[in-house]
Amino acid sequence: MSFLYKSTFSGKIKVGVTGMSNIAVSERQKKEYAQTVKQVKPKPRLWRNVFWAFVTGGLICLAGQVILGFFRTQGLEVNAAGAATSATLVFLAAFLTGIGIYDEISRFGGAGGIVPITGFANSMVSPAMEYRSEGMVFGVGAKLFTIAGPVLVWGIVTAWVAGVLYYFFR
Amino acid sequence: MAAPKKNGMQTVWFQNPPVIISTASVVGPREGEGPLAKTFDHVINDPYYGENTWEKAEQRMMNDAVKKALQKASLQEKDIDFMLAGDLLDQIMVSNIAARTAAMPYLGLYGACSTMYEGLALGAMLVDGGFADKVLVGASSHYNTAERQFRFPTEMGTQRPMTAQWTVTGAGVAILAREGTGPVITHATIGKAIDMGQSDAQDMGATMAPAAADTITRHFLDTARSPDYYDMVVTGDLGVYGKRLAELLIKKSGYDLSGRFTDCGILIYNKAHDVHAGGSGCGCSAVVTCGYLMGQLKSGSCKRFIGVGTGALLSPCSVQQGETIPGIGHAVVIEARG
Repeated sequence: MSFLYKSTFSGKIKVGVTGMSNIAVSERQKKEYAQTVKQVKPKPRLWRNVFWAFVTGGLICLAGQVILGFFRTQGLEVNAAGAATSATLVFLAAFLTGIGIYDEISRFGGAGGIVPITGFANSMVSPAMEYRSEGMVFGVGAKLFTIAGPVLVWGIVTAWVAGVLYYFFR
Repeated sequence: MAAPKKNGMQTVWFQNPPVIISTASVVGPREGEGPLAKTFDHVINDPYYGENTWEKAEQRMMNDAVKKALQKASLQEKDIDFMLAGDLLDQIMVSNIAARTAAMPYLGLYGACSTMYEGLALGAMLVDGGFADKVLVGASSHYNTAERQFRFPTEMGTQRPMTAQWTVTGAGVAILAREGTGPVITHATIGKAIDMGQSDAQDMGATMAPAAADTITRHFLDTARSPDYYDMVVTGDLGVYGKRLAELLIKKSGYDLSGRFTDCGILIYNKAHDVHAGGSGCGCSAVVTCGYLMGQLKSGSCKRFIGVGTGALLSPCSVQQGETIPGIGHAVVIEARG
């Protein structure tokens, strides 16, 4: 009967020993099982996902380009037109999040929907919507950055490290 | 002296098998479009159910299921000796609030997604032990309340792996009694929390399969029965891949379940729902048991089944701290009497 579990407490019981396995399964059993799981688990549909991420992200960038072109024809210079385009994309993504469409886009397009600035807008608006039921301070206020926060923190840290390296090695 | 109603290592048997005199199930819109739609008592057409938070919606579903179950058995709240209920939310708040409304002597349970079966096993022990005449057992989950607690905000765009499961929006309630008409609970096998070192919260089927397999194997050993004694072996929410794993593990211990093994999480949705590996959550095994499986017993197409509530025992904190995920499975034998 290879498949029935015994407690690790059987035999001599040691108390207060740190690092003792708290799992009643041997390492060999765990390894064997991990192997079985690997065989049964479906492979991620990599190429299909990459293709649709490319299409989705590409379409969002194309939309950005069209909006940029529009602002240029309205007489804005390049930098101002760029800022206006970002603001428009953020607004559109926030709006689509609000009416429950943006999560479907990312579900389908994966990174294609998450990486552009629209994905950032989605990661800010979705917690704002979700946690408003806990109030404006401890809900929205405290949890607004649950998704975007780590990105900002480590983005800023990375920029800081890059800046220091640039200062010494340029 | 050995406990007189214990059989083998983990199984208890009931001298006067408690009768399931009434069940009720309330489900969400997606479940109401699934293949089991007709077996549920009530389908809500809006996940908010007219409330302003998902949590309130889940509480209302639980309340409705309790009321419906009482109504079907022509009982009142005061006729119930104990209410056993649980859900997935922090401090099992849905059940707590439902218990406040129902005003019955209440014991809150947490067995993750196995809660319904934990409740059925304990409820049956209370009834057969002579401590209660009628026990109400309930469990619920809601896609949105679970999603926001365990994963991401619901409108956040993410891509889920194929092994991910979809939390069932639903509440199921069963009333057990010492006497009455209906199917009976004859045995219960209490599972161990088993951890095979899996830590992927997006693949709970793989974390729960060993626990389910262990409990099912243990049940056969404890009762000296073989799989063909049962028309069905139904797990709670292993999903497509978890079920495959459990089947492999059970086969390894020498039992062949082919043709009689199914899973509530696989039964509840159809392909068009794109839920990947299947349904999950306390509500999954609760509504499928209280709806579909009870119907199967009533129609006679199934005489006796083992239901195994399966749970992945994790919290967002334990996962983030790198703790591996223990799984659990509690088995209950339910048979048509007559």
